[in-house]
Amino acid sequence: MTQGWLPSERELERRDVRRRQRARQALIAAVVTVVVFTLVGLAVVSSPGWPRVHETFFDGFHARQSFSAILDGFWVNVRLFLLCEPVILVLGLAVALARTARSPWLLPLRLVAVGYTDVFRGIPTILLVVLLAFGMPALRLQGVPNSALFWSGVALVLSYGAYVAEVFRAGIDSIHPSQVQSASALGLSRGQAMRFVVVPQAVRRVVPPLLNDFVSLQKDTALVAAAGVFDAVFAARDYGNFNFNYTPLVVVAGFFVLMTVPLARFCDWLQRRWMERERAGAI
Amino acid sequence: MTAVLELVDVRKAYGDKVVLADIDLSVDKHDVVCLIGSSGSGKSTLLRCLNLLEQVDDGVIRFGGEEISDPRVDPRSVRRRIGMVFQSYNLFPHLSVLDNCVLAPVRVHGVRPAEAAERARELLARFGLSDQADKHPDRLSGGQQQRAALVRALCTRPELLLLDEITAALDPELVGDVLTIVRDLAEAGTTMVLATHEMGFAREVATKVCFLDAGRILEQGPPSELLVAPREERTRQFLRRVLPPLG
Repeated sequence: MTQGWLPSERELERRDVRRRQRARQALIAAVVTVVVFTLVGLAVVSSPGWPRVHETFFDGFHARQSFSAILDGFWVNVRLFLLCEPVILVLGLAVALARTARSPWLLPLRLVAVGYTDVFRGIPTILLVVLLAFGMPALRLQGVPNSALFWSGVALVLSYGAYVAEVFRAGIDSIHPSQVQSASALGLSRGQAMRFVVVPQAVRRVVPPLLNDFVSLQKDTALVAAAGVFDAVFAARDYGNFNFNYTPLVVVAGFFVLMTVPLARFCDWLQRRWMERERAGAI
Repeated sequence: MTAVLELVDVRKAYGDKVVLADIDLSVDKHDVVCLIGSSGSGKSTLLRCLNLLEQVDDGVIRFGGEEISDPRVDPRSVRRRIGMVFQSYNLFPHLSVLDNCVLAPVRVHGVRPAEAAERARELLARFGLSDQADKHPDRLSGGQQQRAALVRALCTRPELLLLDEITAALDPELVGDVLTIVRDLAEAGTTMVLATHEMGFAREVATKVCFLDAGRILEQGPPSELLVAPREERTRQFLRRVLPPLG
């Protein structure tokens, strides 16, 4: 009967009303957005100290002058982030799984996992960076790098690994026990149930908080500046202290924002895809 | 008397797939309308169209004389007058049974919390759930959960109750508990539209039975006619399969 059907007049009329409602909402959205942003902009620009702030923080000349040094420094931040992130994911998941293990043989592992999250979540990241970056090279260990960059990277991994482990554990705990039961009923071992049923669902659930932690990590790569590593923040401060102008700091801020936005969009896209696949038609 | 609910030529399609077509139905006050038909015949979709969880693609739905398929009608103003119970209970797991029941009266209807709780406890007691009021839904058996869901729907004193295969997820022993309650509600004059697979129950309480097939109401009438001497061959075929042979 698909061919034989033509919308009735009432339906056409309703479509017309819906179209008008949509147009009206779009108009409201556009007007409100323009008005709000214009007002905010005017409030900032018309403040009494604006010329001074403009000169110290938003100076085009200094932005151009410091740009290449900041770019070089930023490359350190990017590499640090890209190397640390996968290690943190693996470490975090491993610790979370160790904490949920129930086998009596694995009790020592559970204790280590609990102790690790307790200690490393408690220590401020900047302290950890300074302690490791200055302390570890002093041990003169053989076979591992002794640079401050390497050890501040290790500090970030240890600190964030503990956070991410807790995120993963929350995700695993949130999966309803009936899922484990139906996996057991199919004959899967506890480990298999974790690997094929629980963890895949848990990971999907924790993507937004994980993203939060990674955006935070991207910014915290700037903490290596405290250990004297020449990253973007260090480069900007160096330039600023020499030229008495803070514009480079704003440039660095811009760099960090540019780095985090693509990651946020990627996660949005990933979540939408999962949702479309799994929730189609559900009540 | 104007009908509580009136559907004229209602149509609903998902893309090319037509799930409801040419639906004409009228529900009077105190009517109990049973929708029967095989899975996928459109029973659930029809119920979901009635409280505007789905937008119809054509036709008119009137509730209390007012056209609710008009896009200018606020769906919430319609839904607050209609109760709905789902096959899978859909109780909120993070709230106790009592809190599930008072949520809408307090937040949507502006009833004072003490008053709402009193009414909820009264209804829970009537349905044999006094002991369960302060537990969380997951602690209850399926039959208890479904009765709690019924109470939750009744707490707002709806003018119309929609029940979507509410016994389909229950084991046979518990089906009776829930159906007894629905029967009591029917006798008390509650206006209901329900999708069901319980033919015996439909025969007993329905004032009108509609047989849906491929998104159309193939046949409708009082249970004494439709369930005993159906006009259409397709209806006979369906009933032969679901009805136990009459002894």
